[in-house]
Amino acid sequence: MVDDRLLTASASPHARGRDTTRLIMLDVLIALTPSLIASVVLFGFRALAVTAVSIASCVLFEYISRKVMKRANTIGDLSAAVTGMILAFNLPSTIPFWMVIFGAAISIIVVKQMFGGIGQNFVNPALLARIVLMVSFPKAMLASWATPFAWRGSTPDAVTSATPLAVLKTGEGDLPALWTMCFAKAGCLGEVCAAALVLGGIYMLVRRVITPVIPACYIGTVAVCMLICGFARQENAWSFAAYELLSGGLLLGAIFMATDYATSPISTKGKIIFAVGCGLITSLIRLFGNMNEGVSFSILIMNILVPHIDRLTVPKPFGTVKEKKKKKEAAAS
Amino acid sequence: MGQSIPHVRSAVAKIRGGVHVQHHKNTADLEIERLPVPDRVVIPMQMHIGAPCVPIVNVGDEVAVGQCIGDSTAYVSTPIHASVSGTVTAVGDITLANGVISRAVTIESDGQMRLFEGVQPPKADTREELLAAVRASGLVGLGGAGFPSHVKLAFKPGTVDTLIVNAAECEPYITVDNRECIENSWDVLSGIQILKEILGIPRVVIAIEKNKPKAIQILSTIAGQIEKQKGEITVMQLRSVYPQGAEKVMIYSATGRRVPPGKLPSDVGCLVMNVASVAFIARYVKSGKPLVSRSLTVDGSAICTPKNVRVPIGMMVGDIIDHCGGFKTTPYKIITGGPMMGLAVISTDIPVMKQNNAILAFSKADSLKKETDCINCGRCAAACPMSLQPTVIARYAKANDAEQLSRAGAMVCMECGSCAFNCPAGKPLVQNMRLAKSIIREAAKKNG
Repeated sequence: MVDDRLLTASASPHARGRDTTRLIMLDVLIALTPSLIASVVLFGFRALAVTAVSIASCVLFEYISRKVMKRANTIGDLSAAVTGMILAFNLPSTIPFWMVIFGAAISIIVVKQMFGGIGQNFVNPALLARIVLMVSFPKAMLASWATPFAWRGSTPDAVTSATPLAVLKTGEGDLPALWTMCFAKAGCLGEVCAAALVLGGIYMLVRRVITPVIPACYIGTVAVCMLICGFARQENAWSFAAYELLSGGLLLGAIFMATDYATSPISTKGKIIFAVGCGLITSLIRLFGNMNEGVSFSILIMNILVPHIDRLTVPKPFGTVKEKKKKKEAAAS
Repeated sequence: MGQSIPHVRSAVAKIRGGVHVQHHKNTADLEIERLPVPDRVVIPMQMHIGAPCVPIVNVGDEVAVGQCIGDSTAYVSTPIHASVSGTVTAVGDITLANGVISRAVTIESDGQMRLFEGVQPPKADTREELLAAVRASGLVGLGGAGFPSHVKLAFKPGTVDTLIVNAAECEPYITVDNRECIENSWDVLSGIQILKEILGIPRVVIAIEKNKPKAIQILSTIAGQIEKQKGEITVMQLRSVYPQGAEKVMIYSATGRRVPPGKLPSDVGCLVMNVASVAFIARYVKSGKPLVSRSLTVDGSAICTPKNVRVPIGMMVGDIIDHCGGFKTTPYKIITGGPMMGLAVISTDIPVMKQNNAILAFSKADSLKKETDCINCGRCAAACPMSLQPTVIARYAKANDAEQLSRAGAMVCMECGSCAFNCPAGKPLVQNMRLAKSIIREAAKKNG
């Protein structure tokens, strides 16, 4: 007969789905890969080096901080690698490596581990690191964009190209053709190829890593705002809106950063409020602020509001009779 | 399929959440096999929700199949009958699978399965007679909950307009309800007619998940042959999604009605009965033989020969597994019931009870994933058919906050396990829900 001491008793359910945190993070890494390839094609080996340094330092900082705090090692869940990759995608290819390492320290040590590790951070780690770097080193972060494909030419360090967003804002300089905007533009590593970002987004949708709610509402809100503005300014509103959608970090932010689990609401209703908020703030900053780009700050602001959104959007348990209906029924009887 | 068969309808409403479990219906085509009479059965006095029964036999008594051996004067309770003929050798306490200590009657079988002479068809022509007969039969919900059926059937006359016969069988592995539909389809239909006519229920829906095409085919064909009730009995095929067979979920799928928290199905005009319970009522009215045996699926990665078996109530789990070729590999976990809501047992030396519908044994390879930190992905909330947010409730439970817990609707949870199934961090969310409920109950007790 069977040795009863070997039997395991545990609470139901005794079957579990296959997904684990590690598999989800692996899917995100896979979804980010097309953009990485695109950035290497556009900016050369330097882009790969920045990404490698970012991922390696994020993983290392995660390992060290867990060790120092005497907690279980969590680098195996790959979340630090994802943060590293997204952080690199928010940096220009020309950035000095020590700044990359500094950014990694901010995101992993300060934003993630000091608040309790995975799932506990109140803002997106890569995002805050980008903002810290932007504020600390504006020259390296905002003024030195490598021209796409320049690394192949005779002057590999051409750092002149203005981003399309700057052109849109100031009206100085020429915008590239709309179709080239879909594949290659000046900007941070991960922003430059819209097609690759969308491809990664579709992969995550198919793998059910994310739902379409946040990206669709975010991008949709920006589109509506830009169309309204375009018509108000009596420009070619459609092309203005298209350029705005394809410029800057909007796609990267909407697909990969606003969808971060820890810093986005749980319920669908909450996600809609969150994403529309992101879209409105992004549009306001881009249209009326004195910065060119508003994606980072808009997501940051909405991240901070997530606990409140969550509290206000708790769904009613199945079958709960709405108050109004209850009153009506009481009146009828 | 589907539209081509008359009398087969599709679900009225699409359920929220749920998870896609692997079906593992390996035994779907295996006929129910009647196992040889065991040497000994141990019959617990608590096999139902409600008051436990008191043994009315003593050590040394001769008993026969169908003889009442335990009863209670409480309304929410149901009598218990001897499942084999033989001699009572012990009346004492045993620990059940769920940790409850219960009185139990041990009967040494004489191998003859002699029927008790008092067993004769009951009078069941009026509502009162039917309710009394169902109580005397010892019937409980055979789908797993074990709620005494006579209590369920005693709704206020005229309040229920739809009888839903639950043959969804959404738990993985289990196929006995499927076999009941196929092998005893006429019992199912005559059970339906008895309930329909005597209790005055105008409409009947037999609800089956799409992954049981044979059962759907047979029942819809028979339902179509009953001329008198044309259109009143329909077979409805439902999406194969867990937990389709949960009572509130099923009512919503079949009728679009939502049972409010804390209310009963009859509050929205529905009565949900498990298909095996319905078939049993038909057989009982015909023969008067009480609930002394039941069908079980025996399956899982550690079982040598998976089978559907019919066994006397009180037969030992270990004996049943022996009849299925024993273990293929060392069992790591043995479950009574399905893998989503069943109970892990710590011994094979426990008896089969009225509400058990499966015995599953799994090897080490099927052990659960490791628990890691919550990443706040919200998949538990997305999977919850009751629109709860299990991760939030787990947080309140940790803080011991009874007020927030009841506001979050923890009591609505039916412990289907969809949240924990979906959790990538392997969190014991169902356990947290049980903790949450006990915190609420404790607080309610304290406040009066």
